[in-house]
Amino acid sequence: MSDVALALGGASFDGLVRIEELSGQGMITLRGDLTDKSIVKAVKDVFGVTLPGTRETIFDGANGALWMSPDEALLLCPYTQAQAKADELAAKLAEARALVVNVSDARAVFRLKGALLREVIAKLAPVDMSPEAFTPGMVRRTRMAQVAAAFWMDDTSTARVVCFRSVAAYMFGILSNAADGASAVNHFAR
Amino acid sequence: MSTRVQTQGRLIDRDRPISFKFNGTLLKGYQGDTLASALLANDQMLIGRSFKYHRPRGVVASGSEEPNALVGLGEGDRFEPNQRATTTEIFHGLTATSQNHWPSLNYDVGIVNNVLSRFLSAGFYYKMFIHPRPFWKHFYEPFIRHSAGLGKAPNPEVRDADRYEHFYAFTDVLVIGGGVAGLQSALTAARAGAKVLLLEQTAHLGGRAPVDGGTIDGMEPEAWVEKARAELDALPNTQVRTRTMGAGVYDHGYVLGYERLTDHAPDTPGPRHRLWRIRAAQVITATGAIERPLSFAGNDIPGVMLASAVRDYLVNYGVSPGDRTVVVTNNDDAYRTAIALVQAGLKVPVILDARPTGGGALMDEAKALGIRVETGAAAVKVKGAKRVHSVCIGVQAGEGEVLEEVFCDAIAMSGGWSPVVHLWSHCGGKLTWDAGQAAFRPDHARAPTSHDGNPFVIAAGAADGAFHLKDVLQNAVKAGETAATRAGGKAESSAAPRGDAPEEAPLAPVWMMPQGAKKQLRMKAWLDYQNDVKVSDVQLAAQEGFESVEHTKRYTTLGMATDQGKLSNINGLATLANALDEDIPRVGTTTFRPPYTPISMGAIAGEARGEIFQPIRKTPMHAWHEANGAHWEPVGHWRRPYAFPRKGESVTDAVHREVLATRNSLGLLDASTLGKIIVKGPDAGRFLDMLYTNMMSTLKPGKCRYGLMCSENGFLTDDGVVARIDEDTFLCHTTTGGADRIHAHMEEWLQTEWWDWQVWTVNATEQFAQVAVVGPNARKLLEKLGGMDVSKDALGFMEWKDGDLAGFPVRVYRISFSGELSYEIAVPANLGRAFWDKLLEAGAEWDITPYGTEALHIMRAEKGFIMIGDETDGTVIPQDLGLDWAISKKKDDYIGKRAQARSHMTDPKRWKLVGLETLDGSTLMDGAYAVAEGTNENGQTNTQGRVTSTYHSPTLNKGIAMGLVLNGPDRMGEVIEFTNGGDDRVKARIVNPVFFDPEGEKQNV
Amino acid sequence: MLLLTCPYCGVAAEETELHAGGEAHLTRFGPDSSDADFTSYLFHRENPKGVHFERWRHVNGCGKWFHAARDTNTLEVFGTYSAQTTEPPKDLLGKIREKRPGFRWRDIA
Repeated sequence: MSDVALALGGASFDGLVRIEELSGQGMITLRGDLTDKSIVKAVKDVFGVTLPGTRETIFDGANGALWMSPDEALLLCPYTQAQAKADELAAKLAEARALVVNVSDARAVFRLKGALLREVIAKLAPVDMSPEAFTPGMVRRTRMAQVAAAFWMDDTSTARVVCFRSVAAYMFGILSNAADGASAVNHFAR
Repeated sequence: MSTRVQTQGRLIDRDRPISFKFNGTLLKGYQGDTLASALLANDQMLIGRSFKYHRPRGVVASGSEEPNALVGLGEGDRFEPNQRATTTEIFHGLTATSQNHWPSLNYDVGIVNNVLSRFLSAGFYYKMFIHPRPFWKHFYEPFIRHSAGLGKAPNPEVRDADRYEHFYAFTDVLVIGGGVAGLQSALTAARAGAKVLLLEQTAHLGGRAPVDGGTIDGMEPEAWVEKARAELDALPNTQVRTRTMGAGVYDHGYVLGYERLTDHAPDTPGPRHRLWRIRAAQVITATGAIERPLSFAGNDIPGVMLASAVRDYLVNYGVSPGDRTVVVTNNDDAYRTAIALVQAGLKVPVILDARPTGGGALMDEAKALGIRVETGAAAVKVKGAKRVHSVCIGVQAGEGEVLEEVFCDAIAMSGGWSPVVHLWSHCGGKLTWDAGQAAFRPDHARAPTSHDGNPFVIAAGAADGAFHLKDVLQNAVKAGETAATRAGGKAESSAAPRGDAPEEAPLAPVWMMPQGAKKQLRMKAWLDYQNDVKVSDVQLAAQEGFESVEHTKRYTTLGMATDQGKLSNINGLATLANALDEDIPRVGTTTFRPPYTPISMGAIAGEARGEIFQPIRKTPMHAWHEANGAHWEPVGHWRRPYAFPRKGESVTDAVHREVLATRNSLGLLDASTLGKIIVKGPDAGRFLDMLYTNMMSTLKPGKCRYGLMCSENGFLTDDGVVARIDEDTFLCHTTTGGADRIHAHMEEWLQTEWWDWQVWTVNATEQFAQVAVVGPNARKLLEKLGGMDVSKDALGFMEWKDGDLAGFPVRVYRISFSGELSYEIAVPANLGRAFWDKLLEAGAEWDITPYGTEALHIMRAEKGFIMIGDETDGTVIPQDLGLDWAISKKKDDYIGKRAQARSHMTDPKRWKLVGLETLDGSTLMDGAYAVAEGTNENGQTNTQGRVTSTYHSPTLNKGIAMGLVLNGPDRMGEVIEFTNGGDDRVKARIVNPVFFDPEGEKQNV
Repeated sequence: MLLLTCPYCGVAAEETELHAGGEAHLTRFGPDSSDADFTSYLFHRENPKGVHFERWRHVNGCGKWFHAARDTNTLEVFGTYSAQTTEPPKDLLGKIREKRPGFRWRDIA
């Protein structure tokens, strides 16, 4: 729909890394027992991925699943398909004990691209971002400066950061500030 | 005079001169100089005035322990007071100003305090200025404020021009200190496979070793340091950060590092300071040792310096503090200074060694150079005013008879060395008294322990009391091995590098020089330069009964302020111990607290300034509000429009216009901030019955119900409308401030009490933009948009429906917080702005008026609706507010039910909600009290109620209020008095809180 | 700054990710309870200098509540465990007894 307006209208910043507000990311919160076979099967049917293990991510193209807690997963898909997929999954799980909510509009998603993305995140989150501690395939829910956030790495030079929509401007502000071109720490790049 | 010599200066680059200003005078130094070395090179002995007596003071030390050489650095938005000249690297254009003088550094009237010094002894604040009482405000306080204190606060109107940031780092082994011990322990730990981070507070590695000499594995220390650095740099698991101080060691291996990135080169882009928030499995404190001054009369005169500092200035910066330097010592180390000075062609007229038999190999070396050595000798007093003129010599065992006066322009003193135990002690590491070194050192048996109960701090090198080069290296290897092993590595025992240096004779503790010094001498023997505390002050404190070292500190100010007693600590408590006739370890030390030296406020704040000082939550319509002149109200982290004043309109007028426009035609409210929590599961109804005071499980799908939530102690904490979506699913609206809190409250009960219940929650607050379309023309507007039936029959009051309006997917709730015909419409957040714009466009024919929170508040108050946070304050139960109708009598239990049955909660004397109307139509003051007869035991007027909400109602054109009043509901029509500022009183009548449309005819159409 | 390992997501979380929730293993007393029981439930808390059982929530993380056994004096953490239990696990108590002979907490010894 042409009326779709992102929190920041697709802002971007170039510094230690390139930061871009993604133009819509389909996100569906699934709450329920992630080991329940009927739930795993329904997710596989609708999203084409199985449910990930603790703090892991599983991707299949544009679709994916992120482990959020023992009874919560965040399912990813193209933005335009989110409501339909949420409805489809909810219908499949009508008998199962689960809650499915489309939260695509509740969040802002930023892509960080560049070799120094570990450093940019490590300025904001109390998380060990060293390559031996955090790798693609993992997801971390934490705090970045003063707001709740989650992030994962798609590959060694790409990460996505999710926060609530209302604090998108704050998140973009702290990420851009941390990625200021003259502020490299060179802690991980050896 | 102090000057630059032609030889030496390993840290300066004589090819790169630097110009800087001190008190407006242009001076020259070299790249690599500290401000202190550059000032000394320019014969600037006098650098500041002391705290209390305004005595002339010069540089004493060469590092972070410096108590005297504090300056104001920079100008305007970069000005900072109390910066240590000894740790400030100079750069082109540096400007420094001296502190604590008036009118000038050279001619200071505060020196009068010096004359009055007998009145300013220990506890002078407490004793002198108590009587007569009125003198405090008009005489003593202005006097003290003018003459005491350190530096000047920056101008409050300027803003720090620099950037700052934090950085989170994790490591197996953190080494604090880049001297020989730190480098060696880092190498040992890194070779064992541990991940190592080494912090060094200065710009250079190596610590004292390159100055102090000796050899390591046959190499000059400087060459060994280079080699160690190269090996560390080559290791993949190791990182070295210079200009980064270990500021504090905290619980569970948390350490703050303070990196000064651009202080030495302010024109460099990027952050000025970076605060490292480090989590280390093991911490090695290789923080070295600090030399102690000796307590003799006149030991504060500019030119009296630590022996090690004199050596540092000579070797590192090619600066000699004097042509003729007398060395005064109780140990062998100071002989190194004498030897270095003589080898540089300078004079050392005499070494005064307090020990009866003098020292060992170093003494022999000094004698061989032809230096006169007097053993059993004392500096009785130093003569001079703004610089040293001469020293009077006596015997250490005596009372201060002068045997000889020796002319000199500098004095290098050494009272022995104290390990820097600060970082060891920050997190609870205990100390043991080493009588041989006359110093406290870490007690390994009582190290700080971490989350696993095991020790996590290891002291290494001089910080552990290992002073001889060979001991330093062996100690450091052991520290590195221990750290690596404890951090999970496999350290194989390796031989330490060989350290060769002359053997040293034992020191002799000297706490007063000469030991029997008379009072006149003790009154001029300084312990704490920064706070102007003398030997006589500590003795007086002890005499007056201040036996605890912590009390003595507060009473005398010993060890306070920016240096926290780095030089004075041991001498001070030894003096106290002697005065109390106690052993030093029994007197103990004061508590070492972080940071090690002051760190900038900017570093602590990190990125949090300006636009990103704190998160500001914005709704999808925020930009419209901003563009349309919203007067903001902060609600939690949200910014909500309070009103939308038009050009030339006051905020109050705007609020009144918005109320009337809504009541008369059509208003529009951004209600997106209201919490929206989805609760689903077979036990969802049962769960909500426990959360709300109402019965929610009986709500039919498609219907809405207003509900109240209490805490377990019965107090009302939130309210909102619950919509039942289907048999298993509810949507709970919360207040704006309540969304996160109530979601957490739900999760807490589900996870920790009713974990077997089948219920899931999702906080979907931000998924939706929500708009309240309010007023008599609300339905007409929605009908104009088209797409769904919003008639009274199709969508009755307290019902909800999914559908679409003007092509937008919507969920419409027919609920009202204003008493008007009202629809709250939720659309996906990313469509919120477009939907808002559409409503404005389509509503123009009814003069659609966006309104803010104040109009919302007034309209709800006109209807007698309560507001969480106004009518409630954490002590109010629903029964106080006449909300008994919303409390189910059928339920066995709900959160807060039992508490509401407690005797105090059922007390009929609890104040109850009523409406209030002033007799003269004026508006009551917010928070005004209803006064009662008489006064209480404190002489205060008795009260019988208070105002909780008060407004001017534009609809009724009079003041309306709600309040809690004793027996209120039984006193309808009674007139009582309210406070109105000062002694003023205003009369108000108790009325029904529903002021407007009590039958609800307007919303029920 | 404390470091507690969340038993649900395995993260060794620093205090800024956590929310402290007070004493663990309280028994809820409802409408039919005596004044004494209810008062005790609402207000009476242990305040040991030593081992304490506490509730924490990994609020800036997986969102789960959990329990921790922690020495309030030395800050040693003996273990963290599920919030869905009414008493500390046996093996944890064994570990505590071994390290703190004679330890008592409420009626646990």
